[in-house]
Amino acid sequence: MPIQYYLFLSLALFSIGIMGTLMRRNAIIIFMCIELMLNAVNLLLVAFSKMYNDASAQIFVFFIMVVAAAEVAVGLAIIVMMYRKVHSVDINILNRLKH
Amino acid sequence: MSAYEAIFWFLTVVALSCALGVILSRNPVSSVLFLIATFFAISGHYILMNAQFLAIVNIIVYAGAIMVLFLFVIMLMNLNADTEPQKNKLVQLAGVISGGILFLVVLAALKSSTVKTLEQTATDIGLIKNLGKTLFTKFVLPFEISSVLFLSAMIGAVVLGKKGTPHPNTENS
Repeated sequence: MPIQYYLFLSLALFSIGIMGTLMRRNAIIIFMCIELMLNAVNLLLVAFSKMYNDASAQIFVFFIMVVAAAEVAVGLAIIVMMYRKVHSVDINILNRLKH
Repeated sequence: MSAYEAIFWFLTVVALSCALGVILSRNPVSSVLFLIATFFAISGHYILMNAQFLAIVNIIVYAGAIMVLFLFVIMLMNLNADTEPQKNKLVQLAGVISGGILFLVVLAALKSSTVKTLEQTATDIGLIKNLGKTLFTKFVLPFEISSVLFLSAMIGAVVLGKKGTPHPNTENS
């Protein structure tokens, strides 16, 4: 497989993640789209690791997963806290910091 | 078309269509299920590239732990009815156009890059023995720091998720 196919595949996944982030209003779906973008980057890193026959990139993927897990724990806690306060996860209601 | 290429295209189609399902489905629960399917397809790609350890970790950590957390939160909030009011069409169109423009620009920039083919030879750099050696020699400091990150994330999640008690000073007075 040419490396370009993996490049284009992860680029397409990343673009889909960005579209979802911009399109949806549900905060949880936006969060899931961020996970999708992280996974697109992981896929590309593994492809490059195979191309250069180097294990460092796979360790990087491992660390990205670690950071993503920590991020999800804190982010979902924030979303749950906001839901308790305003009873909605609509991001248009969550812009109170502006006012 | 060899079996390798057939599996590659199958996994690619599954990953892309399920990723589209994530952002297009109205019901958040089915969004989560589509995302799990996407992660399984990506894990299949990892196995195809001889990164077996990462494939297993991807399934355990993402599909197993993170997505279950999402599912729990969605079901706790009782969001599985499609009550989400839609953004107006203009904002949706702007999102699709800007995402598509990003896709096209990077595609055009990478189209003429040098083609290097990934060989289908079996390498053992993705096996746990090799990765563990690299992790505990070259990357041992980031590994230890990530444990501190996990501890702070755990404490932060507990503090944020706790039921808000009134401030202790106001409680006493």
